[in-house]
Amino acid sequence: MPKKATAQAPQPKATTPSADGIHPGSLLSITQLSLEEVSNILALAERLAGEPQSKHATLLENRKLALLFYESSTRTRTSFELAAKSLGAMTTLVSDKSSSIEKGESLKDTGLTLRALGAECIILRHNASGSPYLLAKHTGLPVLNAGDGMHEHPSQALLDLRTILSRLGKKQAATDTTLDGITVCITGDILHSRVARSNALLLPRLGAKVILCGPQQLLPPEAVDLSTGITLERDFDKALQQSQVAMMLRIQKERLAGMQIDLADYQKQYQLNEDRYFKHAPTAVVMHPGPMIRGLEITADIADGPSSAIEEQVRNGLAIRMALLVRALNGGAA
Amino acid sequence: MKSILIKGGHLIDPPSRTDRPRDLLIHDNKIVELGDPGKLNATAKKEGAEVIDATGLVVAPGLVDIHVHLREPGQGHKETIESGTKAGAMGGFTALCCMPNTSPVNDSPEITRWMLSPERNAVIRVFPVAAATRGSMGEAITEYGSLKAAGAVGVSDDGKPVLQDAIMHQALIAAARAGVPMIQHAENTKITVGASMNAGARAFRLGLRGMSVEAESGIVERDIRLVRELTTSGKGPRPHLHVQHVSTAKAMEAIRHAKRAGLHVTCEVAPHHFMLTDEAVEGYNTHAKMNPPLRGEADRAAMVTALLDGTADCIATDHAPHAVHEKEQEFEKAPNGITGLETSLSLSIKMLHHQHRMPLLRLIHLMSTAPAHIMGLRGRGTLAPEAFADVVLFDPKSTWTFNARNSPSKSRNTPFDGHTLPGVVKMTISEGRIVYRS
Ligand SMILES: [Zn+2]
Repeated sequence: MPKKATAQAPQPKATTPSADGIHPGSLLSITQLSLEEVSNILALAERLAGEPQSKHATLLENRKLALLFYESSTRTRTSFELAAKSLGAMTTLVSDKSSSIEKGESLKDTGLTLRALGAECIILRHNASGSPYLLAKHTGLPVLNAGDGMHEHPSQALLDLRTILSRLGKKQAATDTTLDGITVCITGDILHSRVARSNALLLPRLGAKVILCGPQQLLPPEAVDLSTGITLERDFDKALQQSQVAMMLRIQKERLAGMQIDLADYQKQYQLNEDRYFKHAPTAVVMHPGPMIRGLEITADIADGPSSAIEEQVRNGLAIRMALLVRALNGGAA
Repeated sequence: MKSILIKGGHLIDPPSRTDRPRDLLIHDNKIVELGDPGKLNATAKKEGAEVIDATGLVVAPGLVDIHVHLREPGQGHKETIESGTKAGAMGGFTALCCMPNTSPVNDSPEITRWMLSPERNAVIRVFPVAAATRGSMGEAITEYGSLKAAGAVGVSDDGKPVLQDAIMHQALIAAARAGVPMIQHAENTKITVGASMNAGARAFRLGLRGMSVEAESGIVERDIRLVRELTTSGKGPRPHLHVQHVSTAKAMEAIRHAKRAGLHVTCEVAPHHFMLTDEAVEGYNTHAKMNPPLRGEADRAAMVTALLDGTADCIATDHAPHAVHEKEQEFEKAPNGITGLETSLSLSIKMLHHQHRMPLLRLIHLMSTAPAHIMGLRGRGTLAPEAFADVVLFDPKSTWTFNARNSPSKSRNTPFDGHTLPGVVKMTISEGRIVYRS
């Protein structure tokens, strides 16, 4: 590391990895963060988003980050990549699409190779739930979970939280009463949604009520056990009536094979459209993690309307991911 | 001809309900005589017997594990018959029944004989279980008579359970005619596709597809119905269904009813199913990935209850060795199973004897006498004169720390690595030969 960068760049702290060998700068599940850590991440994101880019352009200068993407994802990948670059870090993308993932090589070995090449942090998107744990355990590097199977998408939950807080006019901090009196309904394919899991695991800890909404096949009863403060509601209209935030999920058509889901019927019951919105929740903040299928789970007028926070979510993603990268390379401190 | 006198020990022999200080004299490969302490000294001296001081130790019939995977032929990188039987000897076992999911599948007398040939270097006795259907494909049953003649002691398709009613019906009849148990891994694999742990809240949170309790109990109920039909028809010999590694209260309840109805249904429970719950999967620990999966607390407790009340006939490990790199994979990709031969006795002592006050006599029954009986292993599971000199000497009072690296098994995929456990195996004698000494 060249001397000139050391004045500003966070140095890897001599961190004692936890008993399981997982680096404290990792973010594998939203549940591993204390509310204090969530607050620190929000505060750092707030600072980074509020200052001119020139102020942090060399914050991670010469640091090497690897984006390991076994699943394609324009949004999450670009977001992490731009976040890293705007902090001056070097990134490399390894994806199955570019076939740079060696055929048949194990995830462990791919991780070890990236580490040997100098990667200091790995951002992993993978179709197997729990794969970030495997990578973190065997490389000892900070690993950021950018979505694993049906499990979690913790950076998404943090950017959603930042969005909710700003839309509701609250300060960017997390205590167990921050979201008292707020109800968030998450609607759609909860079963397959890592975004739903991470949000349902985070928001109730800040005092929010979370209503999970969807048909039986996409929302099994055991979902209620994700956390305290969660209720299940099959009737979308009823769910909306109670909510200040309506978070819509993408219908992943490829996941519905073999399920008895009639899309026309789904649309009728669970689509967020103007009619439903103005009738039941005319002031609710509308969110969607994207990519959206306009006309299926949400209509264009709502997605593009004034209540929609969808673009803001994307912008907040950049700030949150900058904060997570700084935290990762700073030994877990944000 | 060689004699061994085991003296000063506390002898436990379930069939004769012996549970007191007794000396034991072995000649060649058989047990010759039991006597009060000191009584056999003169005879032993005359024969020039090797004297083993068993003071402070339990002397019991060698343990019998009717469900292990020795991986030969075909997967010698995981285990061989030699390494697996050595691990068995270390755990106090003197007889292992090995499952047919080898490569190729053991569905022929040739493969059965190959497993039994001296070149395999088994240090304790191996009793192959042959495939119930050709290639374990569930379509056409194998030749049970000739498999038995070659040395097979039971038939099973293990991890690929027989799903078709008609085939299972045929298998039960043919097995009864051959005088061997039809052994079933109870899982409706049609509804467990892609599942890698117990169904429920934890699976939902971890984003893993779950196996429902009904996937197990449904097959058990179906099999029992077939056994009942065949039994009550009065035609042909009485079928014997043995259910492998029961993991759910619901399946156990079905077995309890079947037994009350007088049907010949037996079952086994694996130590991991009475020790652990699906909580062990947290962190995507592949050493907690097995099939049937680790269940919830109520199911775990039901396995203990079944062992205590006799619904569960015996303990079997389902010793399933896998290489390190195979377990170091994404949870859903990693193979099922853990090793179990080295820790079975200690885990049983810990849970059943210490925590639930099960007498050691009963515990030895579950780990030796009963499994030998289920598989028709004559002269095993007992210390009666004329029986094979299969003996285990262990110290139930002291503890040891299990280090998987020190096991003779080729694999070390176990969630119990590093655990300090009660019950130390001091010596294992297989047919009169000392095959393990700690
Ligand atoms: Zn098995």
